[in-house]
Amino acid sequence: MSTLTQIAPGVSRRVTSHTTLGDTVRQSLTMAYRGLLKIRRTPEQLFDVTLQPIIFTLMFTYIFGGAISGDVASYLPVIIPGILVQTVITTSVVTGTQLREDMDKGVFDRFRSLPIARIAPLAGALLADTVRYTIATTLTFTMGYIMGFRPEGGIGAVLLAGLIVIVSAWAISWIFAFFGMIARTASSVQGISMLILFPLTFLSNAFVPVDTMPGWLQWFVNMNPVSHLVTAVRSLVNDGVVGGDLVVSLVGAAVIVAIFAPLTVRAYMRKA
Amino acid sequence: MPAPHLGARSGSWAIEADGLVKTFGDNRAVDGVDLRVATGTVYGVLGPNGAGKTTTISMLATLLRPDAGSARVFGHDVTQEPNAVRQLIGVTGQYASVDEGLSATENLIIFARLLGLSRADARRKATELLDEFGLAEAAARPLKNFSGGMRRRLDLAASLISQPPLLFLDEPTTGLDPRTRAQMWDTIRRLVATGSTVLLTTQYLDEADQLADRIAVIDHGRVIAEGTADDLKASVGSTSLHLRVDDRDRIEEARSIVSFALDTAAVVSPEAGRITAPLPDADRVADMLIGLRAAGIHVTELSVQQPTLDEVFLTITGRPAADDTASDDVTPEARLSPEGANA
Repeated sequence: MSTLTQIAPGVSRRVTSHTTLGDTVRQSLTMAYRGLLKIRRTPEQLFDVTLQPIIFTLMFTYIFGGAISGDVASYLPVIIPGILVQTVITTSVVTGTQLREDMDKGVFDRFRSLPIARIAPLAGALLADTVRYTIATTLTFTMGYIMGFRPEGGIGAVLLAGLIVIVSAWAISWIFAFFGMIARTASSVQGISMLILFPLTFLSNAFVPVDTMPGWLQWFVNMNPVSHLVTAVRSLVNDGVVGGDLVVSLVGAAVIVAIFAPLTVRAYMRKA
Repeated sequence: MPAPHLGARSGSWAIEADGLVKTFGDNRAVDGVDLRVATGTVYGVLGPNGAGKTTTISMLATLLRPDAGSARVFGHDVTQEPNAVRQLIGVTGQYASVDEGLSATENLIIFARLLGLSRADARRKATELLDEFGLAEAAARPLKNFSGGMRRRLDLAASLISQPPLLFLDEPTTGLDPRTRAQMWDTIRRLVATGSTVLLTTQYLDEADQLADRIAVIDHGRVIAEGTADDLKASVGSTSLHLRVDDRDRIEEARSIVSFALDTAAVVSPEAGRITAPLPDADRVADMLIGLRAAGIHVTELSVQQPTLDEVFLTITGRPAADDTASDDVTPEARLSPEGANA
């Protein structure tokens, strides 16, 4: 009976009405730890982030290389940043579907009943998923290297570019987390997300030079935030240049979080 | 047992709920529930599936926002100060709310860390609770291999990390085998001995009878009766009459004869061929038997019993406590208050 000691009565307990920022961060990190434990227990959920970078990089490079850049070697500096952004962003969809599945289980009821920041279970889950983005990023650059890609910008630029892509994917994953909250099933999250993702990643400069496209399409492609991110990564890894596109990408990422994080938390609360 | 209701001063309520309402579409799941739960007592909310028990708990535990009405937990309003309320409660759901993919230890450590315990304290607390609930051996195994009873115990353990003064137990023994159920009852009794207030919901009449100081009977989102188990039994009348007839096809006819002769509302209970009626005046039984003989209905069994909660429910709602008549909580064996005396 060591644990069942006399408890302090409810009326005499000191309670606080708000969680502090420090508590929120700590609770989010605990939830991220939970996400990592889950990944360790079921490593098969990492199939997509390991296989997709390998297969897509090989496929796209050899299919489009000759047609677009004349040969594979001169296509690599174009395609590797493109495929990196496309792969990592696609991976962030899984965050939404997994969050949906996770929420359907009873354990989220307990999280809701705990005196913790409402955002912590969501922020933690999204934070843990940056591990997935890191794996995808590393594998894409590794595949590129194996195929002969030698970034002019040097290793520091590659690391910085990888970090920016991961941060952006984390920001974008809030959109899919929001779909995860409002959708009824995990498979419908997948459906809606893909519908948004395909135009966004393919109607960009990720695979093909923009000037080969019709004028009206160029207008959209140049607006597309994915294009800005791809351009930012290209100028970093190929020239070591920190350009305006990088600023645009990071501001875009911040805007997405500022809009979708509160929306997601609100949807999460309503579900509660 | 002293009635805690009388001794409780205002301010010592663990739960005060007034006119709670929750609607889902057209369905008024909770339709004006008032509750007063005194500190340090076990309060049973008894009702069939879909009566609104879980919805009521969800509102009290800040998981659902009431559409109307208000509720306070130790004086803190559940909608105004949800974070304060959450620091005072533990919730154990109808289905174990623990993480399937993780081990028992990992589950408890994560909940403890979320509650602000340091890494070392969280680990120590997890070990203590696992020992306490007889889960030490299974601590490192993933929950996928846990039995239903083990999950429930882990779930309860997780609710106790912060030693909350108020515990919500939503159908804590539904689906458990009788032995595990008895263990759960023991655990609940020990919790109450430490000063915890417990609100538990149940479909099992015997469970409310065994554990609860006071009981609210809830049906279609409303509290239809409230009091101690003894109060409720007394409200049905001191005794009731049970009889079984030979010809089941004529049971309706028999029921109306019984109702007429005893001048009370007789009901057909789920066990086929059985009629139950309150018996305010035993003299009338003779009239009833003559009436039945005149109609040519043969009586196979006749008994007079002190009321059980089963009858309480039957009398108040006009239908059996469980919608599925095959469920074993309405069979006579499951009644834990067999104060019946054969006539």
